[in-house]
Amino acid sequence: MTEQKTEIIFNSQVASGTFLMGMRSPEIIAEAAPGQFVMIRVSPGLDPILRRPFSICGIQRDDIFLVLYRVIGKGTLALSRVTQGETLSVLGPLGRGFNLPEKGRKAILVSGGIGIAPLIFLAQKMHDMDILFLSGYRSKKEIVPVGWAGLSGIKTFISTDDGTIGHKGPITDLLETDISGSSHEIPFVFSCGPLPMLKRVAETTLEHQIPCQVSVETHMACGLGACQGCAVRTSSQVNRTYFHVCQDGPVFDSRSLDWKNL
Amino acid sequence: MNENQPDLKVRIGPLELKNPVLTASGTFGYGREFSGLFDLNLLGGIVVKGLSLKPMAGNPPPRIVETPCGMLNAIGLANIGLDLFLEEKLPWLKTLDTTVIVNIYGHSIDEYGALAAGLKGLDGIAAIEVNISCPNVEQGGMAFGTNPSVSAQVTETVVKNSDKPVIVKLSPNVTDVRAIALAVEKAGAHAVSLINTLTGMAIDIDSRKPKLANIFGGLSGPAIRPVAVYMVYQVVRSVKIPVIGGGGIMDYRDALEFLIAGARAVQIGTANFVNPEAGVEIINDLKEFCIEKGIEKIEDIIGTLCFTRD
Ligand SMILES: Cc1cc2nc3c(=O)[nH]c(=O)nc-3n(C[C@H](O)[C@H](O)[C@H](O)COP(=O)(O)OP(=O)(O)OC[C@H]3O[C@@H](n4cnc5c(N)ncnc54)[C@H](O)[C@@H]3O)c2cc1C
Ligand SMILES: Cc1cc2nc3c(=O)[nH]c(=O)nc-3n(C[C@H](O)[C@H](O)[C@H](O)COP(=O)(O)O)c2cc1C
Ligand code: FES
Repeated sequence: MTEQKTEIIFNSQVASGTFLMGMRSPEIIAEAAPGQFVMIRVSPGLDPILRRPFSICGIQRDDIFLVLYRVIGKGTLALSRVTQGETLSVLGPLGRGFNLPEKGRKAILVSGGIGIAPLIFLAQKMHDMDILFLSGYRSKKEIVPVGWAGLSGIKTFISTDDGTIGHKGPITDLLETDISGSSHEIPFVFSCGPLPMLKRVAETTLEHQIPCQVSVETHMACGLGACQGCAVRTSSQVNRTYFHVCQDGPVFDSRSLDWKNL
Repeated sequence: MNENQPDLKVRIGPLELKNPVLTASGTFGYGREFSGLFDLNLLGGIVVKGLSLKPMAGNPPPRIVETPCGMLNAIGLANIGLDLFLEEKLPWLKTLDTTVIVNIYGHSIDEYGALAAGLKGLDGIAAIEVNISCPNVEQGGMAFGTNPSVSAQVTETVVKNSDKPVIVKLSPNVTDVRAIALAVEKAGAHAVSLINTLTGMAIDIDSRKPKLANIFGGLSGPAIRPVAVYMVYQVVRSVKIPVIGGGGIMDYRDALEFLIAGARAVQIGTANFVNPEAGVEIINDLKEFCIEKGIEKIEDIIGTLCFTRD
């Protein structure tokens, strides 16, 4: 883990309100694992003051890591205005990422919206496995093109809430269809996205007794395990009340979280 | 002393610090969280996360929310409790070559006393900082630190049960901070530190819910600095014991405001989140500042506030 001034190699819009940014840091790449994140100081001023957490979304060459983000507030807006050649302070890689299953097992990746970010990096690392990639969006214009990620050969399905492309409805519909269709093989499920979707994924996998890892989001101040600001409720399986997402996560076994009170 | 190396040492009553920069309680964990980023021994000292007698899980989330030039937190003093602290954290802290101060808080006056007693005689702990900004369960949840006589009782109990210098950390959520400072001085405090966070609230206008699950929280960061500087100025003028200042310090210029107002050391809080190396950067910049201004000892700056207007 390091804190360093990191050069922006590119920062461009790839879908409606969505940006892909490449940052040069051999140090971060040397340690980065899928599911881990970085804390970026999006502007040198005092407002916004806190760093913003972003998943590492992939690696290019051997010196650029990627961040895929959606503009939702003043921090991400400031980030979208940063241009090539500028530098930003980046702290990372942070947290605990996904546990990769043994080779030969089937993996289902389920994303909602910008939650696709950590799953792209995960898919890159599981290249030689049997992967089904299910990604849900609100609408066609938000679909993140992933041609750059080198994921060809992976079975991919898309859903949109408004039906502008792919299946019309939540992406969990496709997950449920796939799981009930393949009775003999128990897959591993990996998921990231908005809370209602994650909750549904957790319920479905629990019902079918399928192992499931989720990446969750909370507000964060330090990202280092120092402030205790990033608490999420644990389930009764765990002998403590809260996890700290920046340190114990952001990836968790879905059964270890209390989905009713997260 | 080498001409180019100004003397940064400061005295806080019985305590000597290698430089005036401490990290503030709750913003620097138990130190170790930051140890991969820089050499902690460069710091004047570390004040560890507030410690209670028993482990505390803390408040439900969301616990933090960003505000203009600051943040609100309602962590709920989540911590591992005295026993685990002594078992898991203290041995590592002891290996450091910097001043370690343990911040404590209780739900009752007896609990403050028990904590002080539990830390008695232990190596590696240079002083105790007493957080009196927490709700007093026995008195309907009013913070201990809002009432001079209750503040004095807490102080007296800790001093009686401790063999270490006792720093009482003052709450800004009071009508007159000087009254509390005077009361704890009289009760035997060796120093005071201020300010703790200012109580505040933020509302989500779409859901119409408070942004913090706890409804209100403590405001910190540069937004509170002018309030903190003024309170330090007031307290310095009313007590004889040393004052440690803090609240919204982001860089060495901010730190200097507190030193000039009369604080003998400063605490860096929220800045650690924004820039984990803030503490060491401030130390280096203070050194540079002294060299540039021909100041031999940092103590020569303390309390040099100038009132003439020409
Ligand atoms: C581990 C982790 C990984 C993430 N990865 C990505 C990613 O790859 N791509 C992406 O677009 N977003 C990601 N997010 C969410 C991203 O951090 C927020 O969208 C961003 O902080 C919003 O900042 P803002 O100033 O634009 O929004 P504002 O709403 O103005 O932010 C106000 C405050 O709330 C916090 N906040 C608001 N929404 C979130 C959120 N969903 N999660 C955490 N903090 C939030 C901000 O950090 C800030 O402190 C991730 C969050 C976490 C915790
Ligand atoms: C997340 C967080 C947790 C804190 N926890 C404690 C604590 O446990 N005990 C305490 O005395 N002060 C605590 N504080 C207060 C700080 O030590 C400091 O006094 C205050 O934040 C003002 O300084 P700053 O503006 O530099 O952060 C906490 C502050 C923050 C932001
Ligand atoms: S963000 Fe500070 S402890 Fe997790």
